[in-house]
Amino acid sequence: MAVYIADGGEGTIVAKITGEIDHHTARWLRMDIDTAIQDRNPKKLLIDFSGVSFMDSSGVGLVMGRYKNMKERGGKVALTNMPDYIEKVMNLAGMDRLLNGR
Amino acid sequence: MKKPQNEMKMSFLSLSENERLARVAIGGFVSSKNPRIDELTDLKTAVSEAVTNCIVHAYRDTVGVIEMTARLTDDCVYIKIRDRGCGIEDVKKAMEPLYTTLPDEERSGLGFSVMESFTDSIAVKSRLGYGTTVVMTKKLRSKI
Repeated sequence: MAVYIADGGEGTIVAKITGEIDHHTARWLRMDIDTAIQDRNPKKLLIDFSGVSFMDSSGVGLVMGRYKNMKERGGKVALTNMPDYIEKVMNLAGMDRLLNGR
Repeated sequence: MKKPQNEMKMSFLSLSENERLARVAIGGFVSSKNPRIDELTDLKTAVSEAVTNCIVHAYRDTVGVIEMTARLTDDCVYIKIRDRGCGIEDVKKAMEPLYTTLPDEERSGLGFSVMESFTDSIAVKSRLGYGTTVVMTKKLRSKI
């Protein structure tokens, strides 16, 4: 499990997560993403799930927390490259509306 | 339930690193049936949610034992996950989508919703001070 932070241009940072997202790993991912938000103060956080091999509802909590964090700073969150099984979990919370910035 | 063709029972401590252990174990257990990838992912996700509930809620501020029993018939898997933790006061309320007692810890309140959506049946029994038992079943529809 790791998260790679990259500059996406126009005030966007891309957080590419790899490996498994569960309650055990979510706390480390949360810390790394929040540090990047604090350091770079982006307008938009794009979370890339292309490297994620498993996710349970802890991933939904991770996205909800970052959404709240970015909203407080006047920013946005978008999700991209979600495999079907991750979208299925996100759909339960209505988080699919964040897919590709919708 | 039909007579099981295979059965396993394991117990492990309520440590968060064991969420993965439980997923890997259930994946290995059903692999003899050549399940579809989506069926396997559904099972792993449901087990992960049940075990996480034991760690986060049942044994909050303590470490206890989680028991997982699985049985396999010709076309169905039965999974029982049991803890002897604090128990749930109101199971019906706990199963409501997005209901959580721990919003500050970024729990989404979707654990039971995921278990319900990703399996064919779920039964939850709980008694305050004695623990909780979750039983889930899922049909394995295809064989290669």
